[in-house]
Amino acid sequence: MNELVFKYLLRISDSGLILAQRISAWTGHGPFLEEDLALTNIALDLFGRSRSLLDYAGNLEGKGRSEDELAFFRNERHYYNHLICEQPNGDYAQTMLRQAFVDAFELLLYTELSKSKDQTLAAIAAKSVKEITYHKRHSFSWVKRFGNGTQESFTRLQNAFHELWPYTGDMFEPIEGETDLVKNGFVPDLQKIKTDWEKIIKDLLEECNIRLPENVYMHSGSAKALHTEHLGFILAEMQSLPRAYPEAKW
Amino acid sequence: MSTIDFEAIFEAKLANNEFIEPKDWMPENYRKHLIRQVSQHAHSEIVGMLPEGNWISRAPSLRAKLVLLAKVQDEGGHGLYLYTAAESLGVSRDEMLEALHTGKAKYSSIFNYPTLTWADIGAIGWLVDGAAIMNQVMLQRSSYGPYSRAMVRICKEESFHQRQGYEIMTRMAFGTPDQKEMAQDALNRWWYPSLMMFGPPDAESPNSENALKWRIKRESNDHLRQRFVDQTVVQAEYLNISIPDKNLKWNESKKGYDFSPPNWEEFKNVVKGNGICNKERLEARNKAHNEGAWVREAAAAYAKKQNQLSTAA
Repeated sequence: MNELVFKYLLRISDSGLILAQRISAWTGHGPFLEEDLALTNIALDLFGRSRSLLDYAGNLEGKGRSEDELAFFRNERHYYNHLICEQPNGDYAQTMLRQAFVDAFELLLYTELSKSKDQTLAAIAAKSVKEITYHKRHSFSWVKRFGNGTQESFTRLQNAFHELWPYTGDMFEPIEGETDLVKNGFVPDLQKIKTDWEKIIKDLLEECNIRLPENVYMHSGSAKALHTEHLGFILAEMQSLPRAYPEAKW
Repeated sequence: MSTIDFEAIFEAKLANNEFIEPKDWMPENYRKHLIRQVSQHAHSEIVGMLPEGNWISRAPSLRAKLVLLAKVQDEGGHGLYLYTAAESLGVSRDEMLEALHTGKAKYSSIFNYPTLTWADIGAIGWLVDGAAIMNQVMLQRSSYGPYSRAMVRICKEESFHQRQGYEIMTRMAFGTPDQKEMAQDALNRWWYPSLMMFGPPDAESPNSENALKWRIKRESNDHLRQRFVDQTVVQAEYLNISIPDKNLKWNESKKGYDFSPPNWEEFKNVVKGNGICNKERLEARNKAHNEGAWVREAAAAYAKKQNQLSTAA
């Protein structure tokens, strides 16, 4: 069971880590100073959460791997983050819509995880729920502003929607053996979360005059560590120093 | 009351070490000097986010990444207080940003130097923030109230940053031979630019005289530079790395170190825009601002519509 929990922990920690790596690229480059600070806060929360999860994953695995070894010495085929997290920042509409899709998903997921039979996971999740509640308020309010702001912001939101929507299905793909974790009360059933998520997102997008398309082909693969080409570049950059100087302590 | 009386009140406040507040009368030159200094300081904070931001994606551990991200965020926060302090003098943030983006306003030249290795992130915290603190500690007692109060908070955070930078330097200097080499190389490259941060020698500092008279500044450039050198030499000794100055020598009679001056020609050139990163820094600021325009417009349009809705209801 530990091996399965380990892999599940990687799935959720990697998603936070890769999304944080993406959004922290806005630090110093945001559309205005206050927003720069807000987005950096969100990146800080996500990195912090991933640290706790990776640290716990390393303990469970029992091979002595630290959070940093797990973050910096695994390659693309051992990363389990959701595909949507590795998609490019694009413009601010794309960054915020990606964030809204993920925040809505995470709020549902972590609320359930805070009731997990695994007490450590439950404790990390309970802390995260407070943070995600704020993230979601932030991203949802931007999506609404873009949907109802100017013609340009609406067009940009719509383009972002077409870009990102096919990657949303991947968030609901379970890892192999996840049903056992669900049965044992460790993690929630993603199908249930999916129903709630779709309703929340449908309401949000309706407020923005964007109608959900039917029968869109959904990409998947991240549950088996199969990614888009973007992840390789993210990891190459993120892991460059520890890989170049494996003996060094930072 | 005549103007002369206002001036007398202003002078009396300065003489009594009282603060000048936004609604107080102040001489036009005092206001102008402060707007220039405080906005330049604010610009330095936000341009200063760029060289360090350059390493966020490559920070070598998750802890290092969090620390760096939080630090860069603090700098954005400092920019925010300082723009607000400057606004209290009757200039808008848009006007200040316009001056930055068109190259009319200056920012600290140190940020036109590149961050080439991870040790540079340590050296910036240790030396650049260290030099900034020397300058800023005295600004906590500056005569303009809002500036002085902003500096109290900024100084607290800056001294934390300096410790973070020194922590990185310690890990590098006591690390593997590669890390030690990076630490020495970073000190070699950042030493003289850090000395330049105190501004030109007193004899050639055009803005110093008034600033000292008005208590906007309280110590001279050369005096602060000397104190910085004296403090930093011991810290470099602890790290067992060498300050790149053959003339560095303890002078018993002045109870301080003798040291070589930085290359002031280089300083003038970097101020003029010829530093290796000047163009890139300004382009990055302009790009963020220009590409953010539609975001700000959308937010304003949305807020207006919401207001109309609530008025109608």
